[in-house]
Amino acid sequence: MVNELGFAPWDDPGAAPLIRIERVSKRFGDFAAIDDLTLDIYPREFFALLGPSGCGKTTLMRMLAGFEAPSAGGLVIDGQDMAGVAPNKRAVNMMFQSYALFPHLSVWDNIAFGLKRDRMAKPAIADRVDEMLKLVQLDGFARRKPHQISGGQRQRVALARSLAKAPKLLLLDEPLGALDKKLREETQFELMEIQEQTGTTFVIVTHDQEEAMTVASRVAVMEAGRLVQVDTPDRIYEQPNSVYVADFIGDVNLIEGRVGALGDTVRLDWAEGRSLTGQAGGALTPGAAATLVIRPEKIAIARDEPTEANRVRGKILDIGYLGNLSTYHVALPEGPVVKCSVTNRSRLSRRDFTWDDEVWVSWSDTAGLVLGA
Amino acid sequence: MLRVFTAIPYAWLFVLFLVPFGIVLKISVSDYAVSIPPYTPTFDLAAGWDGVVAFVAALDFENFVFLTEDDLYWKAYLSSVQIAAVSTGLALVAGFPIAYAMSRASDVWRPALMMLVILPFWTSFLIRVYAWIGILANEGFLNQFLIWSGVISEPLQLLNTPVAVYIGIVYTYLPFMILPVYASLDRMDPALLEAAEDLGCSRLSAFWHVTWPLARPGVVAGSFLVFIPAVGEFVIPSLLGGSGTLMIGKVLWEEFFSNRDWPVASAVAIILLLILIVPIVLFQRHQARERAA
Amino acid sequence: MRGLSVFNIVSLTLGFAFLYIPMVILVVYSFNESKLVTVWAGFSTKWYGEVIRNEAFLDAAWVTVRVAFFSATLATVLGTMAALAMMRRGAFVGRTLFSGMIYAPLVMPEVITGLSLLLLFIAIGLDRGVVTIILAHTTFAMCYVSVVVSSRLVSFDQSLEEAALDLGCTPFQAFWSVTLPIIAPAVIAGWLLAFTLSLDDLVIASFTAGPSATTLPIKIFSSVRLGVSPEINALSTIIIAIVTVGVLVASVVSKRQIAAARRDEVLAARA
Repeated sequence: MVNELGFAPWDDPGAAPLIRIERVSKRFGDFAAIDDLTLDIYPREFFALLGPSGCGKTTLMRMLAGFEAPSAGGLVIDGQDMAGVAPNKRAVNMMFQSYALFPHLSVWDNIAFGLKRDRMAKPAIADRVDEMLKLVQLDGFARRKPHQISGGQRQRVALARSLAKAPKLLLLDEPLGALDKKLREETQFELMEIQEQTGTTFVIVTHDQEEAMTVASRVAVMEAGRLVQVDTPDRIYEQPNSVYVADFIGDVNLIEGRVGALGDTVRLDWAEGRSLTGQAGGALTPGAAATLVIRPEKIAIARDEPTEANRVRGKILDIGYLGNLSTYHVALPEGPVVKCSVTNRSRLSRRDFTWDDEVWVSWSDTAGLVLGA
Repeated sequence: MLRVFTAIPYAWLFVLFLVPFGIVLKISVSDYAVSIPPYTPTFDLAAGWDGVVAFVAALDFENFVFLTEDDLYWKAYLSSVQIAAVSTGLALVAGFPIAYAMSRASDVWRPALMMLVILPFWTSFLIRVYAWIGILANEGFLNQFLIWSGVISEPLQLLNTPVAVYIGIVYTYLPFMILPVYASLDRMDPALLEAAEDLGCSRLSAFWHVTWPLARPGVVAGSFLVFIPAVGEFVIPSLLGGSGTLMIGKVLWEEFFSNRDWPVASAVAIILLLILIVPIVLFQRHQARERAA
Repeated sequence: MRGLSVFNIVSLTLGFAFLYIPMVILVVYSFNESKLVTVWAGFSTKWYGEVIRNEAFLDAAWVTVRVAFFSATLATVLGTMAALAMMRRGAFVGRTLFSGMIYAPLVMPEVITGLSLLLLFIAIGLDRGVVTIILAHTTFAMCYVSVVVSSRLVSFDQSLEEAALDLGCTPFQAFWSVTLPIIAPAVIAGWLLAFTLSLDDLVIASFTAGPSATTLPIKIFSSVRLGVSPEINALSTIIIAIVTVGVLVASVVSKRQIAAARRDEVLAARA
């Protein structure tokens, strides 16, 4: 699937990347924070580095900003090798997780801080700061000090400050982590809008998969200093290349078994004389251990035996009511528990199933993905 | 930039702290001489390697042996440690109730009380010690008051006794005891005491089982902060202690200024430091543990 | 909020009486007409006149203030540098020795510090005077400054410095335009502490002062050894008054800042 803008420079062999990370490693003593990592990021991308804490995403970002030097490998930004280039000499700006707003300076002076370092003319600085204040809708707050404004406003000042110098690359370290959920969701869309308006390349570090999926043009899922998968959000979700990615992004059922017959679809033998089918996610050999990965929303639940390719019978163990959705936990007699989520189109009182009901759960032969262990 | 920021103070402390200390060490193993400077040998660079050999050969531990032979010195060390220890105990007895009461006071009062404890710390140490001369002298205010109130009929000899030194140390170092104890009591959640009473403690046993253990880090820190400087104290024994009170700081001073025996004064300093190293190391460990906790 | 028990009130009253009565007596008797310090003979300010006319006191006071000013300033510069070096740099050669040298003067008996510095000055042939006292005071005061500044740096968000570098500052510009303004209150507190320590010091000054320079504490000490005098009472009162006013002003200023910070929080909550 091509994304809605038709923007996909990573598929274009002629496109020149803005950032080339080539076989970069970073070791702290014996610990490898980044392990032989190679990655290209293209101009105007909104690129997300996603992973649990300690996966190396922050270290990678700090190397781009110049706060850490790679132990091995090369880093090129806009055609310039970054080895030995100090943070203050890079056309890269960073928005810090703590915002790092200078408490002794007003909002205006915070935004002007980087411009003054460039020895820009005073009127030009004033124009640029005003422009930035408008961009983040903080016109009336120029004279306030950082502790005199709310958390959401501080976040926007930090964004304006890091954008003021019109960097080629903006790094955002968990930029929305300090905001509450509602504000975070609103701000995600603001960020995307600002990114589009300014045309700046954004690299965002986050551990929040929803945030990464919402804002990014591409997502890199990291684990233990390596990239596990780099892809568009929809492919990360629909076509994860490993159980790790499938499990990290969203909710998922994992059914373990062995690869049976290979064809258009793959047969997975998961219990004595029982099998399921799904799409092949990568190369598989018959007889090898594999896992069927199936998202809960792709599973239907019914009282009578359905006709779909994959169907199993079980007993409802638990029902999680989330308002818009209900999640049913169905225990199969063979052992596994299958989660299945159903949109609540009707009122709760008219719900069809209840605890301990015997039900069928089913999904199509292309809904699931069989991934090698 | 940080390299420069390290190098400058490093060089400063090296020249003005470490090197002088090395000189003290060196002079402590030299011999007294009627000359300028009043010790021998002096280092003669012009004599080359032979000079170094001659120099090293002339050093000995005679001064340290002398310190053990003359009982003035070890008595002075002993009485310094004893006076410091007793004063520390007294400061704890006097300071703990004050710190405790401060921690129980209302939020409105606490800053003012805090201020009242800190204020004397900023006032001249010398003046604070001096103030007690007028109080403790035979015709001083304390004796006048006690005679007037009929408690005694003859003035008590207070000034120029160890009692005066105890009073002086407790008085001047009391804020060092109050502040850490207060800090640890202030951190204590008042609900802990309510919980203890709820679980069947009496007021007193709640204090003993909850308040005291929680205040202990402050008590330990405060005790070190009083004890360590008190051992080497000079001003208090020389103004309040008279000739009857032996303290090593005073001995060192007199050895240096009155007897002009620099080698012995240096040896006295080295031993004083050796005595203090134990409490200093213990104190550092205690502080490091507290920081880690 | 919490009511104080009788026991607590008694502790506070006795404790503060113990701390303040000696000072009060000293101040009151500085206005005593009589030469005999312990006998009240009517109100008089004549001893203040004596102090002001006493050239030796005035000279010593001037020396003391100059020494305190220069040593506090030097100690603040050095101590702030040392604090940054300790808090910001990871491992470097001689770090243990460095931290040892910073903490040792805090617990070193003054007699030893004084003695060792004197022996150094003699060894290198430096004439004792104002300069040697300044060097000595700077050495021990810088350690206090470094402790005060370090404790502020512990809670300092290092990403502020990184942000400054990121926005184009050199490390020194980042220090000057971001770190220093933010830690300024601690640096000022360190300076004040160094200044008072220097004003106050008798022992180290006695070792390092020469015949050409006498500080006020040395002067006071030598006259106090001969007994209590009303003139010293008057001088002490002047010093106590200056210190008290200074500390009160400082605390009012910091209280205002706290109040302003509270106001800001309310403003931020409404924004």
